[in-house]
Amino acid sequence: MGGRVKITLLLAPALLVIGVLFAGGLFAAVVQSLGYLPAIGQTEINFGAYRDVLTGEDFLNSLLLTIYVAGASTGISTVLAVLAALALRRSSGRLSAIVFQLPITIPHLVAAVGIALVVSQTGLGARFAATLGLIGEPAEFPALLYDRYSVGIILTYVWKEVPFIALVVLASLRGVAGELEDVARTLGANAWQRFWYVVFPVISPGIIAASLIVFAFTFGAFEVPYLLGKTYPTILPVMAYNEYRDIELTARPVAMAINVLIALITAVFAALYLRLAKDLGRG
Amino acid sequence: MGDPSGKRQINTGLVIVAALVALPFVPLFMWAFAGEWRFPDLLPTEWSLRGISSLADPGGRVLGATLNSLLIGASVALASVVVGMPAGMALGGYEWRFKGVVVFFILLPILVPPLASTMGIHLTFIRLGLADTMLGVFLVHLVPTVPYTAIIMTSIFAERTGELEEVARTMGASPWQAFVHVTLPEVAPGVAVAGLFAFLISWGQYILTLLIGGGNVVTLPMLLFSAASGNDPVVTSSLAIVFALPAVLALVVALRFLRPSETDEGRGFVGLGKVS
Repeated sequence: MGGRVKITLLLAPALLVIGVLFAGGLFAAVVQSLGYLPAIGQTEINFGAYRDVLTGEDFLNSLLLTIYVAGASTGISTVLAVLAALALRRSSGRLSAIVFQLPITIPHLVAAVGIALVVSQTGLGARFAATLGLIGEPAEFPALLYDRYSVGIILTYVWKEVPFIALVVLASLRGVAGELEDVARTLGANAWQRFWYVVFPVISPGIIAASLIVFAFTFGAFEVPYLLGKTYPTILPVMAYNEYRDIELTARPVAMAINVLIALITAVFAALYLRLAKDLGRG
Repeated sequence: MGDPSGKRQINTGLVIVAALVALPFVPLFMWAFAGEWRFPDLLPTEWSLRGISSLADPGGRVLGATLNSLLIGASVALASVVVGMPAGMALGGYEWRFKGVVVFFILLPILVPPLASTMGIHLTFIRLGLADTMLGVFLVHLVPTVPYTAIIMTSIFAERTGELEEVARTMGASPWQAFVHVTLPEVAPGVAVAGLFAFLISWGQYILTLLIGGGNVVTLPMLLFSAASGNDPVVTSSLAIVFALPAVLALVVALRFLRPSETDEGRGFVGLGKVS
């Protein structure tokens, strides 16, 4: 019994912080999404905001864009991360650790500004293209910022997230996978067979777990799309923020409904991730 | 293993990855020191210190914003270590029922964006007088940092057996003495890493500060964001470099703190999660 009290006391501060500031905030968001806003005299509970959001075209467009940006960023990052990890698996741990950890620690805003200065129409890339005679005017360089395909946003995410996934893959490559691969080699397996039948099954749970984190993060992140994205449609968190900033307080429930939907979608990914991480821990 | 051609290939891989990692920093550093750099010149035709001196410009508010960022970051780091460490002890050091549920709850703010909860709590903060204050910003920064410190401390405590504390207790030390003289020195490097992590997460926050600070609490990312939305790459790049500095310093410190074997396994500094 003493143990249970001790554990409760040890957990209390963290549970209090997350319970009040995070869960409490989400609860307040749910309440406000249902139209309960005594500050402007609305005390009637209704699902009007959800009806407006879910039947309107704006939300669907934003949702599709968000899934596209998060999906493309995660997919490209995952493939590049596996390739990078395979390429660097036998190089010095310390050196590759520094190279990989730099983008992880650099703030997203700095990464976005740096990438923008590389890919903008007067950026480093366009200057190289002009020097090579490929383009004459900046406008001839493809627009990669504020564009339909969100190229600048995706590139920023790829730069930030490849190292994160690669470190997870490297960790498993340097563990069991390496030994198993040596066994497979002595048994006569070629490079592709060794990768597909031996290495990949070992590293794939880690890859899936890391990809889930990246997808959930890019789905809910605000800064990079707010800086480098076009004005319509915007990704969901930016849409929620724009509704929230609306001078009309009646737009509040709509902003909160979008927030609640974002939270629900990312929570599903959180649950998937933790389930997987638990299985990994057991295996 | 001793295959020379394989070795050369590996080094090429490292060079390519390192070049891609360095790429965004190239224009940042050139713009920060550029005087004149017209399209399509590959290099600035004139260099200047205008960007660097703009940082000290009294009208530029950079110094005040830096102090605000440092103050908030340091207090957030301290508070989230103080809150996260006991949680880490409970999660890493003991086995008990419903642990999975508690882990899910504590990890949730890492995967569910705190943007939603912060917009929700804003009205309450206004009512309590916490909106537009440093204290309010400090409080909402704890939402993304506490999960990280708790999880880092969990993995630290999970690796310990607690035998040394038992020895200390049998030799007559009080629980508190055992904690201060035995536990604390042993987990100190982990605590430092957790604190650094929390500092960096707070340092990088933009939207939470904007929502709760309402423009009254000006931190470095606010200035960088408005510069980046404007049209002066010289000032923007100088600000971006200042903003990136703590991350680079933290990385150097962390790599010294941790044994190479730990970073090798990809767990150490960043294997546990990501700084957003």
